[in-house]
Amino acid sequence: MSEATFGNPQIVEYKTDILIVGGGMAACGAAFEARRWAGEDVKITLVDKAAMDRSGAVAQGLSAINTYLGENSPDDYVRMVSADLMGITRDDLVYDVGRHVDDTVHLFEEWGLPIWKQKETEGVALKDGGKPVRSGRWQIMINGESYKPIVAEAAKKALGIDNIFERVFIVKLLLDSKEQNRIAGAVGFSVREDKIYVFRANAIIIAGGGAVNVFRPRSTGEGMGRTWYPVWNAGSTYAMAAEVGAELTMMENRFVPTRFKDGYGPVGAWFLLFKSKATNGFGEDYVKKNAHMLAEFAPYDTAAVVPTCLRNHAMLHEMKEGRGPILMDTPSAMKALGANMTPREAKHLEAEAWEDFLDMCIGQAGVWAGMNIRPEETASELMPTEPYLLGSHSGCCGIWVSGPEDLNSPAEWKWGYNRMTTVTGLFTAGDGVGASGHKFSSGSHTEGRIAGKNAVRFVRDHKGFDPALKGDIKAIAEDIYLPVRNYFEHKDKTTAEDVNPHYILPRMLQMRLQKIMDEYVAGTSTYYQTNGKLLQMGLHYLTMLKEDSQKMRAKDLHELLRAWENYHRIVTAEAHLRHILFREETRYPGFFYRSDFPKLDEANWKCFVNSRVDPETKEWTMMKKKHVDLVEKHYGGAKH
Amino acid sequence: MPTFVHTDKCDGCKGGQVAVCMYICPHDLMKLDTARMKAFNQEPDQCWECQCCVKACPQQAIEVRSFQDWVPMGGAVIPLRTDSAIMWTIKFRDGEVKRFKFPNRTTPVDSIDPYGNKPPAGDLDSPYLFTEAGKTLPTI
Repeated sequence: MSEATFGNPQIVEYKTDILIVGGGMAACGAAFEARRWAGEDVKITLVDKAAMDRSGAVAQGLSAINTYLGENSPDDYVRMVSADLMGITRDDLVYDVGRHVDDTVHLFEEWGLPIWKQKETEGVALKDGGKPVRSGRWQIMINGESYKPIVAEAAKKALGIDNIFERVFIVKLLLDSKEQNRIAGAVGFSVREDKIYVFRANAIIIAGGGAVNVFRPRSTGEGMGRTWYPVWNAGSTYAMAAEVGAELTMMENRFVPTRFKDGYGPVGAWFLLFKSKATNGFGEDYVKKNAHMLAEFAPYDTAAVVPTCLRNHAMLHEMKEGRGPILMDTPSAMKALGANMTPREAKHLEAEAWEDFLDMCIGQAGVWAGMNIRPEETASELMPTEPYLLGSHSGCCGIWVSGPEDLNSPAEWKWGYNRMTTVTGLFTAGDGVGASGHKFSSGSHTEGRIAGKNAVRFVRDHKGFDPALKGDIKAIAEDIYLPVRNYFEHKDKTTAEDVNPHYILPRMLQMRLQKIMDEYVAGTSTYYQTNGKLLQMGLHYLTMLKEDSQKMRAKDLHELLRAWENYHRIVTAEAHLRHILFREETRYPGFFYRSDFPKLDEANWKCFVNSRVDPETKEWTMMKKKHVDLVEKHYGGAKH
Repeated sequence: MPTFVHTDKCDGCKGGQVAVCMYICPHDLMKLDTARMKAFNQEPDQCWECQCCVKACPQQAIEVRSFQDWVPMGGAVIPLRTDSAIMWTIKFRDGEVKRFKFPNRTTPVDSIDPYGNKPPAGDLDSPYLFTEAGKTLPTI
């Protein structure tokens, strides 16, 4: 065979037992745990589209670990998660993360992650009784600039560098040709070399994060990459799982974080650690002021902590009524904290305030520096962002998975192996697992570990399986390189190759997607409102966009990466739209509103919404799934 | 807020096909112009400003300039990272400079032994992770 060139890729076939797709926190957890349980005869391979040292949502670092139970019980953790996500979560999955997560945090500390301690236990490890500095009931403060390189080092060493493929982007999962509904492999391409990779595997763990830039961002020009969640999270996890027929759950859920305006700086430490207050432009506490509005969403308004979406709901009301800007009163908070401090302590406090940004959102520090904003002098604007789709933060969209077998959960929640999807042999974790938010970095790694262990169990029980990929490899390779074919076939037909009637640039396709989602599917420009009619129109436009995705061009491997990321965004967007259309109520005010069904409807909609794409016909089926509480919930002192 | 590369400092990582910034960028943005042996950001409006490339550059040739569609000119946030700490220089538009230093790791780089002093794998069919040997898991 002649040497591979752009447009004429070499096909590399590779057989493994367990394939981990992704390199973030969940994938690192899966690698670390699976390798320990697997025998030497079991091959484990990890594929990351970036470099593991700095891939995934923790690439930049973090200033806190948001899930560490410590003295709290898993039951209370389950209650908190359920309340914040308006009552519809899988208690079994959340409880499972809660009972394992501290062990994972102890590993992080052992590996070298600096965790803040209270003065009296300075230098004592958490596992030996060190007391963390809590910014909230569940959160602990860290010096987390190198959080990801540390976690990646452990995973890379566990797996062995020969079993890791970096800069290879998996774009499709493949089913088995002999056994129905059985995963058999995955295909993707190198973004560095002219190579297509075809993996055959007995089990696959897909953990590629959530979805960003599905909606038109508030930013306009160069700022469009400065998103809240990482800009490289393209919904690949949801899209690839959906396309092989894995059942999705709660894809109507989204997260609209309220963050420091334009830089997306975190507000958690300001609210919880520095005790700062947010007000409308007239100094009023908008959550208190609008308590009557929140009562319409009872009983969730009386949760121990007012759910994130309800706080947004109160804020949006002030903005719509023209009572902006929404301000975080950082000067008063710092003044109060500094009242009894020595100059040295005050300097330390200032450093802590800046570190919160520098560890995890450097861009916000840049915004403050460029605007001469000093938190001790100037209050800062807050803004609810464009919507994000994820399953690990204050959101719970994702894939429907089997839960732990030893908990008192309904049989239909534990049909197979823990964290296995409805496709035999396909597992997921982190943002991939739906109906169970608030895992964050530590919980995602923990969930990866659970999935990793269970994938090993699965492989042990299916030892004789010989994956036979469905479809012709050459045809699949052609499909992957279609944008490259489109480019070569048509590029010389116009005098400027970026404007050409025969193809669409991935960049323009992304902008069209964002405009559709923004204007029809409750983005920022409609104050997060939509209705059945708008959604039907949006679906019509989205369908044409999906057709046009076959005409994307790729002038190089980088653009081919963008083309496939945007294809994944479209599939994820369609799932989101269809779920919102199906759920005829307003469950998450502040995140989005069905203005034709503006009320919470506990009688008809206190249930999961699941969906499935038939891999043969590509038809979507929507379904309700019964919700059950395993841990008793209380609101305002009463059982619910 | 895109990265930019100082022409006089970038040495293209001395002639390889992959510069360090190109290796590390999570979003495949940094690219090496092999004719000039200089790196550049090929898609500035997709930059997350994570500064992973800035921290990794052996020549300290990369900086981030705030996105000009919103942020006034003149500010800068510059890291200097070692294996155990990170030093930040913040330059305000009005000229004030602040410096902060934070630890980032308590162990030497490359010192992690993932399975050293850890229990062997136990019962694969139990709900326990391998490091949880001897613990009692709560249930509901």
